[in-house]
Amino acid sequence: MKTSLSWLREYVELPADLTAERLDLALTNLGMEVESIVDQAATVQGDLVVGRVLTIEELTGFKKPIRFCTVDVGRDTPQEIVCGARNFAEGDLVVVVLPGGELPGGFRIGARKTYGRNSHGMICSAAELGLSGDHSGIIVLPVGAAAPGSDARPVVGLDDVLVEVEVTPDRGYEMSVRGIARELATHFGVAYTDPAALPFQAATADSPWPVAVEDTVGCDRYSARVVRGIDPAAQSPEWMQRRLIQAGIRAISLPVDITNYLMLELGQPMHVFDLQRLSGGLVVRRARPGEKLTTLDGVARVLDAEDMVICDETGPISLAAVMGGETSEWQEGTVDVLLEAAHWDPVMVGRTARRHKLFSEAAKRWERGVDPQLTLPALERAVAILVEHAGGTVDERVLDLDHVAPPAAIHLPADLPSRIIGLPYGPDRIAELLTAVGCTVAGSDVVPPTWRPDLLTPIDLVEEVARLGGYNDIPSVLPPTGASNGLTPAQRRRRSIGRALAENGYVEVLSYPFVAPGVADQLGLPADDPRRSAARLTNPLSEEEPLLRTNLLGPLLGTLKRNLGRGHRDVALFEAGTVFLPHLTATAPPVLGVDRPPTAEEWAQANAIVPEQPWHLAAALAGDAEPAGWWGSGRPATWADAVEAARVALSAAGVPAGRVTVTAGVRAPWHPGRCAEIRVDGEVVGHAGELHPAVISALELPKRTSAMELDLDALPDAPVVDARHISTFPPALIDVALVLDATVPAGEVQAALAEGAGQLLESVSLFDVYESAQLGEGKRSLAYKLTFRAPDRTLTSEETIAARDAAVAVTASRFGATLRGA
Amino acid sequence: MSYRNDPYDPKQAVLLAPESLEAAVADAEKAFARATDLDALAALKPAHLGDRSPVSLARREIGSLPPAAKSDAGKRVNVARQAVQGAYDARLAELEADRAARVLVEERVDVTLPWTRRPRGARHPLTTLMEHMGDVFVGMGYDIVDGPELELEWANFDALNIGPDNPVRGASDTFFVDLPGLVMRTHTSPGQVRTMLTRTPPIHIVSPGRAYRTDELDATHSPVFHQIEGLVIDEGITMAHLRGTLDHFARAMFGPDARTRWRPHYFPFTEPSAEFDVWFAQHRDGPRWVEWGGCGMVNPRVLTACGIDPAKYSGFAFGMGVERTLMFRNGVSDMHDMVEGDVRFTTNFGMES
Repeated sequence: MKTSLSWLREYVELPADLTAERLDLALTNLGMEVESIVDQAATVQGDLVVGRVLTIEELTGFKKPIRFCTVDVGRDTPQEIVCGARNFAEGDLVVVVLPGGELPGGFRIGARKTYGRNSHGMICSAAELGLSGDHSGIIVLPVGAAAPGSDARPVVGLDDVLVEVEVTPDRGYEMSVRGIARELATHFGVAYTDPAALPFQAATADSPWPVAVEDTVGCDRYSARVVRGIDPAAQSPEWMQRRLIQAGIRAISLPVDITNYLMLELGQPMHVFDLQRLSGGLVVRRARPGEKLTTLDGVARVLDAEDMVICDETGPISLAAVMGGETSEWQEGTVDVLLEAAHWDPVMVGRTARRHKLFSEAAKRWERGVDPQLTLPALERAVAILVEHAGGTVDERVLDLDHVAPPAAIHLPADLPSRIIGLPYGPDRIAELLTAVGCTVAGSDVVPPTWRPDLLTPIDLVEEVARLGGYNDIPSVLPPTGASNGLTPAQRRRRSIGRALAENGYVEVLSYPFVAPGVADQLGLPADDPRRSAARLTNPLSEEEPLLRTNLLGPLLGTLKRNLGRGHRDVALFEAGTVFLPHLTATAPPVLGVDRPPTAEEWAQANAIVPEQPWHLAAALAGDAEPAGWWGSGRPATWADAVEAARVALSAAGVPAGRVTVTAGVRAPWHPGRCAEIRVDGEVVGHAGELHPAVISALELPKRTSAMELDLDALPDAPVVDARHISTFPPALIDVALVLDATVPAGEVQAALAEGAGQLLESVSLFDVYESAQLGEGKRSLAYKLTFRAPDRTLTSEETIAARDAAVAVTASRFGATLRGA
Repeated sequence: MSYRNDPYDPKQAVLLAPESLEAAVADAEKAFARATDLDALAALKPAHLGDRSPVSLARREIGSLPPAAKSDAGKRVNVARQAVQGAYDARLAELEADRAARVLVEERVDVTLPWTRRPRGARHPLTTLMEHMGDVFVGMGYDIVDGPELELEWANFDALNIGPDNPVRGASDTFFVDLPGLVMRTHTSPGQVRTMLTRTPPIHIVSPGRAYRTDELDATHSPVFHQIEGLVIDEGITMAHLRGTLDHFARAMFGPDARTRWRPHYFPFTEPSAEFDVWFAQHRDGPRWVEWGGCGMVNPRVLTACGIDPAKYSGFAFGMGVERTLMFRNGVSDMHDMVEGDVRFTTNFGMES
């Protein structure tokens, strides 16, 4: 809503010395978001004066006609000014900005030589002064407007303060001078005049034009008056045009301008029909499905059964409340007009506006709520202004089909405002504040004013008390504290994993979960892979990425690639986030109301359609895992780093190492020979390893790019860890080098050693993997360091060797291992 | 010990003469002082303290003395020997100290050399900021709740008094999917709905997490963003409690000078509603009010839809954008930096934001 301070001052006695800051604060504290407050006088700097054109010399020889003028600006000598406009004559009064001045947009005016002459200043157009978009010529003031040399600002209306506010969707009344002025009057405690409180012609028994309203839900009030024989050439007065322009509305014609002006002032949108173009009586009804109407913007629209239309005998001629039609609207030459002021169902208007994408100034007001008692006062004003400026004869008959229900009384418990706000409000204060916004207060019964359709329930009234009483007077008090359980195991786990991976060199990213359908192919997912069943956005921002991720790697590898593209060679990333796994049997949820909570059964039914959205964890890395430096060469990232990232994450999640198993696996998008399947308690929780060469090629990633992905929701909660007995007896260390088939997984060999070594084994670690011709084709040697220790004694060498032999025996019987060199 | 059978010739008792012992001590002291390193000193030790050293030989001569003289001679030999030993020990200590000092000098390294063999990663500042915020609320007795991002339309809208005709439910604001009854949650508030349906008051929760709106990515908007929203439901909860909570949270995040300023606003799920600014003293362009979030008293319609009796309970709710907070708190000027995942942006924050 854009308006001007001078307009507001017509209805509210604001302090004379009101500053922009105070006005801003007042509007803000009333709940309006201040977009701008512009003091127009300050938009043009320096001397802006009235001048009288003394002489005009036409300069020729340039691309366009140029005039060299001398202008009396009230100084001893005339001002010499070069001007490109031609819409003025000698003796005209014009607006001159003198050298040293500055026009809106930082355009500085100096004395300069142009077109071979000295120009000392500029004769201004309305556009140059920021008054309108009118570039067609310079401003020519009416004869006798002001003496040459006097300040031109008040003469052209550059002495106002423009105010633009954003109004919240519940407060339609603030989309008018009437409403804003009322709010400011309440805020400053000053006198207010309601522009709608004027004597008006009431409905007459006879109607000036036959009108029938078939649907009184969509249109609960329809009022109209008729004026005949107006001067079709009559222009809107300058003050009206100026206020429309200030409000961002184009001046069109006197009748249309009047309706726009009154919409701004009162908040009542109106419509002007050309009476001579109406064929018979009007019918107000719902549109029939498929009916067509060409609206004023020239768009042929197919109407919906919910739209309201105004029809004559030819069919729909206006899309009610939103936009008129081409065939009935005022046009140039119209002499007989029917002025409509109606009241439309806000829900209907909102739907119609959205359906047809017609967010007109009228529709914005209807949607937020319009005072239904404005129709007759608005028509009275419209008729009066029209006749004053265009003559014509007013039809004394007044149509008013009124089905408006009066506002219902609200029972406001006396203690409710204090109970909600936390600041004592006595009954007198509550009544004072509610009366100020127009309510009628009788004890605890409050009847809201007709312009406040948003006031329906006690809490709506509490809000008014709090707002007008002042939000910033509410004290700051901590409530009784809650009883927190602390973080959930899942939340603690995510934090630990994040820290652990970050400390291990991985950088966290938060990718968008939107993926392209082709990513599943790029990742090489088999045709029946459930990860191909993705939910699809029906209105994606990018048609290329409409799917919701079913795994983290797709988006994460995209982020990896972006980093590589920006010149980073060694990149290790991780991401923790949800994936979306839609149920294949999804059906519509039960319809749930809001007057009561869903039953347990309804809630369970509703949640059954919500896709599983487990938290996953993924990591990806390329380049060197350890960089080269002055210490020597670097170490390239490999499948092993990805597997270790998974182990680090599981460890950080509190999963004991003994419950984790790693075996060779086959799963896209990993290299089939370099993919580890990660299990916890035997259940697969994820995979890690080097990406499949085809995937690397399809995604254009560096060779050997490796990655892992885990389902964090599949992990058990971290168990309470049993303390371990720490033996103070010395350890016995013994190494074994086993020769086995190279295909035997080291993980299983180690498990076998541990199994065979028994209770005395404290730890086992692989320290060498060796292959050579000597060992034989297809053989390799795995060398382990075994540490034995007893809880209660120093082990003898015999005991140690026996344990070692027992360990080796298991590997021998299970895998055919032999001791190297034995 | 007896020296009765000692074969030494008593004539040699000259070594016990005081002059001889003094000379032996002086010789030793001189020799030790001349030793420039521990090896040289060790080489001198036999000559002055060994079996054939003057003081050792002198001791042997004691046996040849008359008994009356033995005691005196023995004392003198001991004094001399202790003097030699003392000179040796002193020199040894000196040389060992010299060597230790020399080793320290020789082992000097350039401690400014980098040792980035194990690169450190980093956590995303939005994650750490959300954790920081969540921790403050856990300290105030709140639980942190998570909820689905692809959410029931009812929980995201209807239950929060966002009726079917509210424009935000249109495709120009909300992401819809090809599954009926579901939307990408437009705020984290449906997590509050879920909590109200499953818990009984008192309720103290915050729900941090991702939300989605159909805004094109630009410097200040992102279709995917993060929020933290809070909800308190109990008997007797007032706007004053809301203010106290937000003021405390502001101080916890931004220091003792922080406080909030409210502006009346409209939200369907709260009434009265406000937008609030925070006084941010550390702003890079000087202390100022910054827009921070929205808040209000939970609308009785929301309580009813979520199974809480509005006649008995009242509550407040609030929410703020995590991206927005990071922008003004840490001086991030472009949303792109937060979503693109460039390691330079995130690494700069390290483990905390």
